[in-house]
Amino acid sequence: MTRITRRMTRATALLAAGALTVGLAACSQGAEPASTPLAEAGAEGVDDGSTLTLWTRAPLEKQANLLVDAYNASHENQVELTVVPNDDYVAKVGAAAGSGGLPDLFAADIVYVPNWVKQGLFQDITANIDGFDFKDSINQGHLSAGTLDGEEYVLPFVLDLSMMFWNKELATEAGLDAEAGPANLEEYAEWAKAIQALNKPDTYGTATGLNCGGCLVFTWFPSVWADGEEVLSDDGTESLLNSDTAKDVYSTWKDLWDSGAVLPSSQDEAGPTWTAGFTEGKVGLQFYPATLLSSTPFDVGVAGIPGPKGGGSTFVGGDGIGISKDSKKAAQAWNFLNWLMSEDAQVQVLAKDNDVVSRSDLADNEYSQKDPRLITINEVAGHGDTPVAINFQQAFNAPSSPWLTLVRNAVLGDGDSVDADNDEITAVLSQ
Amino acid sequence: MTATLPAEAAEAAAASARRRRHPGRRGAITGWLYALPTALFVLLLFALPLLLVLQMSGSDWPLLGGNQGWNFPENYQDAVSNRFFWDSVLFTLKYTILTTIILLALSLGLALLVQESTRWKGLLRTSFLVPSALGLASASLLFYVLYSPIAGPFAGLMKAWGFTFLGTPDGALWSTIFLIVWRYAGFYMLLMLVGLQGIPDDVYEAARIDGASRWQTFRSVTLPLLRPTLALTTVLCVTGSLLAFEQFYILTKGGPDNSTITIVQLIYSVAFQGQNDLGVAGALSVIVLLALIVINIAQIRAFNRKAED
Repeated sequence: MTRITRRMTRATALLAAGALTVGLAACSQGAEPASTPLAEAGAEGVDDGSTLTLWTRAPLEKQANLLVDAYNASHENQVELTVVPNDDYVAKVGAAAGSGGLPDLFAADIVYVPNWVKQGLFQDITANIDGFDFKDSINQGHLSAGTLDGEEYVLPFVLDLSMMFWNKELATEAGLDAEAGPANLEEYAEWAKAIQALNKPDTYGTATGLNCGGCLVFTWFPSVWADGEEVLSDDGTESLLNSDTAKDVYSTWKDLWDSGAVLPSSQDEAGPTWTAGFTEGKVGLQFYPATLLSSTPFDVGVAGIPGPKGGGSTFVGGDGIGISKDSKKAAQAWNFLNWLMSEDAQVQVLAKDNDVVSRSDLADNEYSQKDPRLITINEVAGHGDTPVAINFQQAFNAPSSPWLTLVRNAVLGDGDSVDADNDEITAVLSQ
Repeated sequence: MTATLPAEAAEAAAASARRRRHPGRRGAITGWLYALPTALFVLLLFALPLLLVLQMSGSDWPLLGGNQGWNFPENYQDAVSNRFFWDSVLFTLKYTILTTIILLALSLGLALLVQESTRWKGLLRTSFLVPSALGLASASLLFYVLYSPIAGPFAGLMKAWGFTFLGTPDGALWSTIFLIVWRYAGFYMLLMLVGLQGIPDDVYEAARIDGASRWQTFRSVTLPLLRPTLALTTVLCVTGSLLAFEQFYILTKGGPDNSTITIVQLIYSVAFQGQNDLGVAGALSVIVLLALIVINIAQIRAFNRKAED
């Protein structure tokens, strides 16, 4: 018996060792250089009929589908798109990064890009990006989010800008100038109250996602920027969200909430349906993602998000895209990225779908000329900003983030704890 | 012939002795072979992952960066000093106690009802058991829509009366408990029914002859004889509730205002939602594992001691 037990132990040990060796071999394989190195890929990359995998998150599904279909129709290479629910995306990428199973190309919420670049999830594509003669007109917010120590890793995939949208029909009904739109945050609040005062069933002045850190970052930061203030220190380790301007923004929203002009479900809105009320025509005006312009069925006015004193700014969000560290087809993947930045993709796919282009030199194109709202959006994009911080997700987007605590205390609570809550954000950012 | 007999006999005896010894060894090998598939499964799917979690809990292991070397006591310090650690422990305990009491009392009641009722027995049993056929995640999604102030069937009512299911901490807790009771009452009822059917009829007959009332019968006959079943269901229910995750992940996401974060949800959020630190998440998991072992030993001891009384 004992001998058998010992033999069993030895067999088990062997088995375990075998499993380990296989694991190690798999690891070392992952570290081998790609078959055609990026540097030799040439300006256009390789189009040899390879199959490329691409991951993106659900909010940009429509644009990703259009881009992939257009690329597949015009190239030998074929891209297989996987769309992952927004909330599961980080977990999926994390698990794949740990096991060396990332797809060839993957997009990332631009606010996560600095962290993911630092963790080494993307391949260095500096030389290739520098080869573009239009490099200076590529959206600088996205490029700088994907730059670490002077090396560039990420290109803009789809830009998503936060803009002020108003329902022209409701505004006219409330006796407001539907062509001009509110000039500052104060007027925004007046508009919301005026539309609320119509007392139409199921219709509210404005809406937001008060339990959705990402939505609030996307729509409230621009109000601070519009007044020339900053929300984060330059190195992204300190929160400046207790400035007087920021406090003005919170108190305007608190006043709106208390007056009952905000869609009641905004209180618990965690993200999935935060734009639904406006899209259904039940909300008068809202800070809203510009990517939804094409799927808003009625007549809307569009302008930059104003601050308490006026002006207009935007959060240059959306996703950056890069070649993953695990890709063995980097040269083929570059072919997709090179095409993505071309006029064919930017104008004939994105602009045609009423989306914002990532190149300012293409902002004025045949499609935007037909719709002045697109010109407005493209212009505001130049004044927008993309905050860069390593711990952005934990400080702002996470369901239990200190930013959510700050906003909820300031708008739904008594509004006295902004400074203390802001310190909590800084504590997370500086970890 | 006769001269060779003793030798042959000795040989035969030796052979039979060998034969007697052999089946023993062969039996042992066969036994090990039978046990091998299970042993391999336990090794690959339980022991190795457990060792990996132990290693993670002692290492600096960011989600996206992989293992960065040892970080032993710090991970546990970080885990305990997480700003939601004690809140989530308290909330998990509160939820466990409430769920266990409500669920066990209700399922015992349902089991007695089904057992007593003769005419509707089949219908009752089936209707209580149907929700158990639904996965917990699907059930949570179903209730997410039911509770929704926009899409749910009670949306109009909620607006007219000015309340929401998931909007307040207490509302969110009770709404989730309702979902869990709806989903699991049938399952626990079934376990209780099996226990009830194991109680011999003559004990009840004796009680009737002694003139015991219904309540006396229940207290002095049914409950004591149901103890093994009660022990099983309590252990199952407590363990399940302490590890609650899906229902809160889907229904409340820990909200409103971080009031419904369970300990497993905390592990998930440390690992995947923001901090992305598998080391600290591993440390939290090990703490939960130890707590579960202690709690389960305590429960089993308590039920055994009562049995000896």
